[in-house]
Amino acid sequence: MSQSKNDEILHDHNHDGIDRRGFLKCMAWAGTGALCVMQGGVLKSYSMSRMNEWNAAKMGGELSFAQISDSHMGFNKPANPDVAATLKAAVDKINALSAQPEFLLHTGDISHLAKPEEFDTVDQILKGAVAKEVFFVPGEHDVIGDDGQQYRDRYGKGTKGAGWYSFDKKGVHFIGLVNVVNLKAGGLGNLGGDQLDWLAADVKQLKSSTPIVVFAHIPLWSVYPEWGWGTDDSAQALSYLRKFGSVSVLNGHIHQIMQKVEGNVTFHTAMSTAFPQPQPGKADSPGPMKVPAEQLRSVLGITDVNFVRGQHALAIVDSQLA
Amino acid sequence: MKAKVARIGLVALVIGLAATLTTVGRVGGVGAQEKVPAGVAVKIDNFSFGPATVTVPVGTTVTWTNRDDIPHTAVSSDGVFKSKVMDTDDKFSFVFSKPGTYPYYCTIHPKMTGQIIVQ
Repeated sequence: MSQSKNDEILHDHNHDGIDRRGFLKCMAWAGTGALCVMQGGVLKSYSMSRMNEWNAAKMGGELSFAQISDSHMGFNKPANPDVAATLKAAVDKINALSAQPEFLLHTGDISHLAKPEEFDTVDQILKGAVAKEVFFVPGEHDVIGDDGQQYRDRYGKGTKGAGWYSFDKKGVHFIGLVNVVNLKAGGLGNLGGDQLDWLAADVKQLKSSTPIVVFAHIPLWSVYPEWGWGTDDSAQALSYLRKFGSVSVLNGHIHQIMQKVEGNVTFHTAMSTAFPQPQPGKADSPGPMKVPAEQLRSVLGITDVNFVRGQHALAIVDSQLA
Repeated sequence: MKAKVARIGLVALVIGLAATLTTVGRVGGVGAQEKVPAGVAVKIDNFSFGPATVTVPVGTTVTWTNRDDIPHTAVSSDGVFKSKVMDTDDKFSFVFSKPGTYPYYCTIHPKMTGQIIVQ
């Protein structure tokens, strides 16, 4: 905590971690980055300009993993004609982290059109990561045409239903949810009754002190429903997680960093490795945002997450590709 | 009497229209005997169907064209028609042979909705 005061923004909201009026919303748009440390009910965020002073070793983190998202392999339009190159750059960025993540999370839109060769290319590039274990959830682009059968054949072995699952790493309980299948006309992302029932049962036996990390493609909070950036039944899912002292929700889909802390839940969306999308309502549609070629890698990136046991601290560090 | 005259007038109009269409077909290189189907276009632009509501006579072919950089689908909410995924500039056509209202949406971006009203 040797940050200078100039670079430190301390949001001291609900000390008890329960009062929902202590709602805090902080956003960091594409092209910027922030490091967030949550301790008790207090979120501290630090600007990216001092990020090089932070690493897992310094923070004493016991579990480190990296999130990548929205690689959209197969996309070849002017916003980014070479999404394979930028995914490779993301893997290089992860490999260069001072503390190697134990595994990777990919929060969906692995492919652009769910073509076998698109998945093959991503698999090949991810083999270049030092971290050998990768956990996936599908994006809406990965389930095109077959409701996700091919996705599940490739990435969903041992998962339930449309591909949801949970696992434990060093005492942290990870839950991968699927909110991109059986979408209803006019609706948002959707988890569905079967998945919600499974989630309720999955967390029922866990102690409330167990740190929870939930990951899914479409945000599990209402970012901008006008563009479909939300999940219709996410509130019910989150209601099952109220008893836990530390819940982190990691999403993709919107190709930019957004963060929100509400009570004991920290929400975070990651940058894409393929192309940026506009800020909510700042364009006619959420279509790919074109930026000058030399700026592209400053709006793409990866997310590095560190968990510190005992302090209930979770540090989320977003890094641009360049 | 009056109604009959009107009907004859309509028939003449239809024949006239058919002749025009046939001419257009010839100009476009289509064989003289082929009929050019009456069609209506729906453009997919900026994550929306335009026009969102289209009213057409029975037998009309509706053709969707995706002008976005992102793939979309056009799928009937009632299972009547289902496009394959349309990447940029891909098209999908469906002939509406029965009267009715056909709501549809993009299964990838379900906020995108539209309807075809067939009379």
